[in-house]
Amino acid sequence: MNTKLWSRLFVALLALTLIAAACGDDDSGGGEVACAVGETDGDLNLYNWSEYMDPDLLTAFEEEFGVSINEDNYDSNEAMQPIISAGNSGYDLIVPSDYMVSILIDNGDIMPLQKDAVPNLANLADEFASGLPFDPDADYSVPYQWGTTGLGVDLSVTGPDVPETWGLIFDPALAAEYNLEGAITILNDPRETMGAALKYLGYSLNTTSIDELNEAKAIVADATNRVAAFDSDQYDELLVSGQAAVTHGYSGNFLVQFFEADDPDQYTYFVPQEGGTRWVDNMTVVADAPHPCTAHTFINFLLDAENGAALTNWNYYASPNAAAEPFIDQEVLDDPVVYPADQSKLEFIADTGDFEINFSDAFIEAKG
Amino acid sequence: MTDSVRTQTSQRVLGLHAVFVYVFFYAPILILVVFSFSGDRLVGRWGGFTFDWYGEFLDNEQLTAFHDGAIWTSLKVAAVSTVIAVVLGTLAALSLERFRFRGQRVFDALLYLPIIIPDVTMGIMMLIFFSEAITFADTYLGFEFAKGLKTVVISHIAFNISFVSVVVRARLAGMDSRLEEAAMDLYATRWQTFAHVTFPQILPGVLGGALLALTLSLDDVVVTQFAAGPGATTLPVFVFSLIRRGVTPMINAVSVVMLVASLLLIALMLLADGLRSVADKSS
Repeated sequence: MNTKLWSRLFVALLALTLIAAACGDDDSGGGEVACAVGETDGDLNLYNWSEYMDPDLLTAFEEEFGVSINEDNYDSNEAMQPIISAGNSGYDLIVPSDYMVSILIDNGDIMPLQKDAVPNLANLADEFASGLPFDPDADYSVPYQWGTTGLGVDLSVTGPDVPETWGLIFDPALAAEYNLEGAITILNDPRETMGAALKYLGYSLNTTSIDELNEAKAIVADATNRVAAFDSDQYDELLVSGQAAVTHGYSGNFLVQFFEADDPDQYTYFVPQEGGTRWVDNMTVVADAPHPCTAHTFINFLLDAENGAALTNWNYYASPNAAAEPFIDQEVLDDPVVYPADQSKLEFIADTGDFEINFSDAFIEAKG
Repeated sequence: MTDSVRTQTSQRVLGLHAVFVYVFFYAPILILVVFSFSGDRLVGRWGGFTFDWYGEFLDNEQLTAFHDGAIWTSLKVAAVSTVIAVVLGTLAALSLERFRFRGQRVFDALLYLPIIIPDVTMGIMMLIFFSEAITFADTYLGFEFAKGLKTVVISHIAFNISFVSVVVRARLAGMDSRLEEAAMDLYATRWQTFAHVTFPQILPGVLGGALLALTLSLDDVVVTQFAAGPGATTLPVFVFSLIRRGVTPMINAVSVVMLVASLLLIALMLLADGLRSVADKSS
């Protein structure tokens, strides 16, 4: 009797799955509505990184457009992506980082942008308006805020005159000179870390030359002898708690950590003179967003010059909004952590296609 | 070696063992509480005594805003899911323990599934289930619903039923079934038997199950994260999303408040139990 019941149950489950799969196929409707400038079609459901949005801006939008905003937070691209990709998440607007945008486009999880509904796109700085490697024609995404990847340094260990170079990690002589043996952490990320080594060697971090990559692999392998950890989560805390003296990481995290340290001047962050990664988080509208027009209106609202400036003044990340610059606090504009003085050697991480696997392989081999 | 010496030694070893176990249990909690008063921004580095983190916690709108703050969301979800799970779980336990029916063993085995499968699997199941269910309801049943508080409550009920029924069944199994037979011999109806004999006997199990369900619901991160929709951020999920910006002792403060709340719940239970046994004795 038991077997019979099991098989019956199995058949029932199978039938349900088939029905579900069948209706999953034909939900391509909707999404084709054209939104007017300033049009709203319900409350906005925003899914964003934590502590990335000025609550005053949310209130201002609610008052101006008479809708309310639900903001929920995620802590990594990887935590957000499955929830969006499953569909019916209920969210309208998400803020994925660069490489995640291309994944979401490939999956069909985000909808093409209705540029007519976002006239403030004209406010974007040229380098952000188009030509970004993850969305070359800016058909799906609008830059939200940007930052860099570089080195955080504890000046009480190295002394005040520390050279701004990737050599602190990759040059054994420099590391010895500044007491960095075993006090270095490197991002546990193939593209970032191989990219840093490539930059140190004077190559592009998007190289597709296996020889250049092998050279980079050799110096990363050598650096592992001096590295305390490959870490992508706690490098900023390891630095200010004195457990590491030079850590490789993302600009914004360092800034927040330094800001609240006992003596902020004890630490510094820089993008080494050889150049480094520039990353950008982007606003995208979810493919099955229940309120796509409100989402477009909100994007347009944030691209306003004064609102864009308010955002940067609040979260201390650099703004892609050129028109906002006059309204950004001078103190923020002058902060080299937020706006590196020399931006010419910064590169976005681009998808290298079939070559991508070589980065992972080289990184794994270098780590030993 | 004489027997008494041997007993003494083994007692000492056992005593030492107990001490270690309790240190292992409670030292982390103690450290958490102590560092919630630490003036340093870094968790785990002492920076002088302060109440600042409690102040920051109370000032945080996303946490404490009445009605839609994370704390209220958590309490609402926990309360509703516990009540429903306790009713359904108790009914399931009674039916499995007191009756024999077709497919009982399959039902029995399936009931344990949510306890056995990992949280992540359960979370992904919920994610896909709700996604498909919303499409299905919209396309074939003609009504719309969206992910949100409701879906979180449903997912919590789903795993809590199992835990409640396990606790209640343990209590039922230990109960003398002759009490029920005696009641029915004395012409009590099934309902009267349940109300006056069975239910009072299993009440501690039901309350224990409810407490367990409440705690599990208040603690859950993984399943909630996948089942939640807009506006349904519970306290543990919110705390988890803060980690990107570095853990501050505010998280300790939040944890201490939750800890005190749980302790109060347990104290209340013990108190109720104590009062009842006093009443039993005097009658």
